[in-house]
Amino acid sequence: MSSADLRDLYQQVIMDHNKKPRNFIDMADANHLAHGNNPLCGDALVVYVKLDGDVIQDLSFQGSGCAISMASASLMTEALKGKTLAEAEVIYQQVHDQLTGESEVDAADLGKLEVLGGVKEFPARVKCATLSWHTMHSALENGTDTEVTTE
Amino acid sequence: MTKLNIQAIRRDFPTLHQEIYGFPLAYLDNAATSQKPVQVIDAVADFYREDNANVHRGVHQLSQRATDSYEGARAKVCRFLNADSDEEIVFVRGATEAINLVAHSFVRPMLKAGDEVLISHIEHHANIVPWQMLCDQVGAKLVVIPMTESGELDLSGFDDLLTSKTKIMAVGQVSNALGTVNPVKMMTEKAHAKGIPVLIDGAQAVPHMPADVKDLDCDFYVFSGHKMFAPTGIGALYGKQALLDEMAPWQGGGDMILSVSFEKTQYNALPYKFEAGTPNISGAIGLGAAIDYMQSIGIEAIASYEHELLSYATERVNKLDGIRVIGTAEHKASVLSFVIEGVHPHDVGTIFDQQGVAIRAGHHCAQPVMQFFGIPATARASFAFYNTMEEVDALVDSISKVQELFA
Repeated sequence: MSSADLRDLYQQVIMDHNKKPRNFIDMADANHLAHGNNPLCGDALVVYVKLDGDVIQDLSFQGSGCAISMASASLMTEALKGKTLAEAEVIYQQVHDQLTGESEVDAADLGKLEVLGGVKEFPARVKCATLSWHTMHSALENGTDTEVTTE
Repeated sequence: MTKLNIQAIRRDFPTLHQEIYGFPLAYLDNAATSQKPVQVIDAVADFYREDNANVHRGVHQLSQRATDSYEGARAKVCRFLNADSDEEIVFVRGATEAINLVAHSFVRPMLKAGDEVLISHIEHHANIVPWQMLCDQVGAKLVVIPMTESGELDLSGFDDLLTSKTKIMAVGQVSNALGTVNPVKMMTEKAHAKGIPVLIDGAQAVPHMPADVKDLDCDFYVFSGHKMFAPTGIGALYGKQALLDEMAPWQGGGDMILSVSFEKTQYNALPYKFEAGTPNISGAIGLGAAIDYMQSIGIEAIASYEHELLSYATERVNKLDGIRVIGTAEHKASVLSFVIEGVHPHDVGTIFDQQGVAIRAGHHCAQPVMQFFGIPATARASFAFYNTMEEVDALVDSISKVQELFA
């Protein structure tokens, strides 16, 4: 039982994105960025956004943290690149609902992001997965350098 | 040295007997808080069942019993610390509150701009932040005794850090993040030679070794009950009577006064002038019961057995590849902090939990220590006398499990 649960949390996709995070760069020409911190476990990351009109032309992050926080950030950059602000907001909400279990989300809508669903069974880890998403949200809303904490 | 009967001891701790995800619980998070024996649980429950009343008031029978039990607990703390009198023991919420009390009532009135407060690099945030706040308020300087790669205090320049500007030295007896046992007696002697008062944070020491304020000759000693098998929300401040006498109260209210009029209030005698409001009566009684319990086992025997546990755990973990033990001081107590190569401690904590092994993953409220080692966090196993060699084996098995999963 326990091993199966762990495999739900640490799925292949998660481990892969943790080891080789995508879009893991300091974006020089970002016009939005925010810092995210999870002080209790020491996760810290920066999310960079290049917004062109209402399209997320480029999205990247840097930082350090647990496998869940790193993979979630990496998956997020892939999922949101090229999306409009309205589309990004919908995805943000779906991921949030999926992680907190607040409402049912159709797995098909989530695509690759579905792997984050395993985190729901580990309440202490939900904030690890949400950190990058909150940080992205804050970057979009506030534009300049802001600070987000999930504690 | 009497050998401990661990199985008999474990029967006294109800929480230890449960399964987590199908595995027997191995509770190795004692530096965060300890489990409670039935003797403590019953003492608290019995107080509420049979004697509950407020203390130092009421002429009725229950109030008298409550007062006797509460003051009886104070006498136990006094003997436990080898203090001179009950008047030197102030009940507080815990070590944190005790440090804040000393910062506010003892140091603040005499601290001027340019003065110094001396702490060390391996302190818990509780022994950093109150001093930092105080220094900020008056423009004083927080001076920090450095540490070495092994997690010991670097005392090579210690004499020079003790200056005419130093108004207090506040150091931990045992590091919560690393387990380092600091040479606080020698440090106190040197500080006193220059007329500097000393506070010792004993929060991580009292569960594991004798705490003797006369032997240490410290001016203040603070600890929390919950790390030594007592309830949360109770702890004690020891202060030398001459110093406590001179200090003004830090909170006003009931029980800390002799008489009140709108023109003037006369404060109560020691230790009551520092205990405003209805105190944590059941907590104090539970703390007294915890002291009785520890003394029935024998603190020397506890220290000796825990040393075996820590040595065995350290030896086994050192044999593994891809593990770095953080904190390799010669004298350590209870704590084995480590990082697994390529795996964040938070992931380690979750995977351990799935094997029934409860540890702490994080910065342990000692971020400067983490910064020193250039890591965000560690996984920390911390032992108490009810832990077993088999639980150490479960810890080691869990490390292998992590390495398999992250291979």
